Amino acid sequence: MVIPDLSLEVAAGRVTGLLGPSGCGKSTLMRSIVGVQVVAGGTVTILGRAAGDPTLRRDVGYVTQAPSVYADLTVTENLRYFASVTGAPPSRIGEVIAQVALQDAAGQVVDSLSGGQRTRVSLATALVHRPHVLVLDEPTIGLDPILRVELWQAFRELAANGVTLLVSSHSMDEAAECDDLLLMRKGAILAATTPAGLRASTGENDLGRAFLAVVRGSEA
Amino acid sequence: MIATARRVLWQIRRDRRTVALLVGVPVGLLVLLRYVFASQPSTFKHVAPPMCGLFPFTLMFLVTSIAMLRERTSGTLERLMSLPLSKPALLGGYALAFGVLAALQAVVVCTVGFTLLGLDAAHGAWLVGVLAIGNALLGMSLGLFASAFARTEFQAVQFMPAIVFPQLLLCGLFAPRGAMSGPLQAVARAFPLTYAFDALSRATHPGRLGGSFVLDTAVVVGATLVALGLGAATLRRRTP
Repeated sequence: MVIPDLSLEVAAGRVTGLLGPSGCGKSTLMRSIVGVQVVAGGTVTILGRAAGDPTLRRDVGYVTQAPSVYADLTVTENLRYFASVTGAPPSRIGEVIAQVALQDAAGQVVDSLSGGQRTRVSLATALVHRPHVLVLDEPTIGLDPILRVELWQAFRELAANGVTLLVSSHSMDEAAECDDLLLMRKGAILAATTPAGLRASTGENDLGRAFLAVVRGSEA
Repeated sequence: MIATARRVLWQIRRDRRTVALLVGVPVGLLVLLRYVFASQPSTFKHVAPPMCGLFPFTLMFLVTSIAMLRERTSGTLERLMSLPLSKPALLGGYALAFGVLAALQAVVVCTVGFTLLGLDAAHGAWLVGVLAIGNALLGMSLGLFASAFARTEFQAVQFMPAIVFPQLLLCGLFAPRGAMSGPLQAVARAFPLTYAFDALSRATHPGRLGGSFVLDTAVVVGATLVALGLGAATLRRRTP
């Protein structure tokens, strides 16, 4: 994936949505921010430090698109491992399990969980060390609507506590949940705006249509 | 490091069949060998003791290359690389966990071999056990390195015949190296398993252990460290 000449800023303590169709470069951009992507050029700065800086690893939480947890461990065992790797106190394990509403499945092996539950385990492992910045790659993909609402509530709570969230999605109905929006297509940021700003600039009330209007406008 | 070792052991503990195979297969093979050589007990007594120390090498190579490949393909490695976990701590954790498993394997296979099957080791069965654990760590570090070159589990499994079998064939276990052609002997001297076999052979046969034994074990330890270093180099924080 090549992302040419891209420049953007993500504000602290807010939920920024990175929206765009599949394959537009969202994951590549997020991996660059987390510091696991080989970047050919350009600079990525998080909390004033260059992406990939070893001291950032304690401050940034990253959830990959596919749930990246150990399928042959239980929910609690997964969290215990990530807590010890990040130096989080054991008391955090119960807290994050409650945060993603998995108390009933805490002792279950991840392999036996549903897809939505696995996504939440993956999210919980990124929350355990209380990162200041959370980078979530399509965290709500494949989740039922109720769970989606609950997760967005959790994201809002985190932001209210000062956490900066960058959440990617290819579904425009999640755009309304964000404070700021980055619309991405074919490796380029088409617009950096807010839901209200997007509606106002396009005259469309529906954010999906508004995104289409931006795309057409950029091609015209 | 301890955290990673504990996690790897938990994963394996849950997979009871793998544990049973790790412990059962070497014992089964040793018993099989005993009956293959039923009419030549002296050959069995000659070949089997070093074999006790070579099983862990083979099995740990396979187990590690698959385990590491899974870590790479499941996305957990990428996640770990974004966290404050050092590569030596990750690899050390693996080494510790597989070292524990290798010890379990070595104890069981040596106990069966040196008590029930009546094998002898001139310098003590315990020394064969210790060498077996060292060889297991050599197998682990080679497996770790090899896993970087496999994209799928099918490929990883093929590395075992590709990397392990030539070393087993040339190390002197099946045919004395002195009877091999010059080029083959030279190739054998380039393989770390040759030195592992020589050390085992010296431990199981009468005679002074001496400087050659120390040199052989030093080569095995050195090769393990080099392979671990190469393995660490293949663990990239940043990937394309």
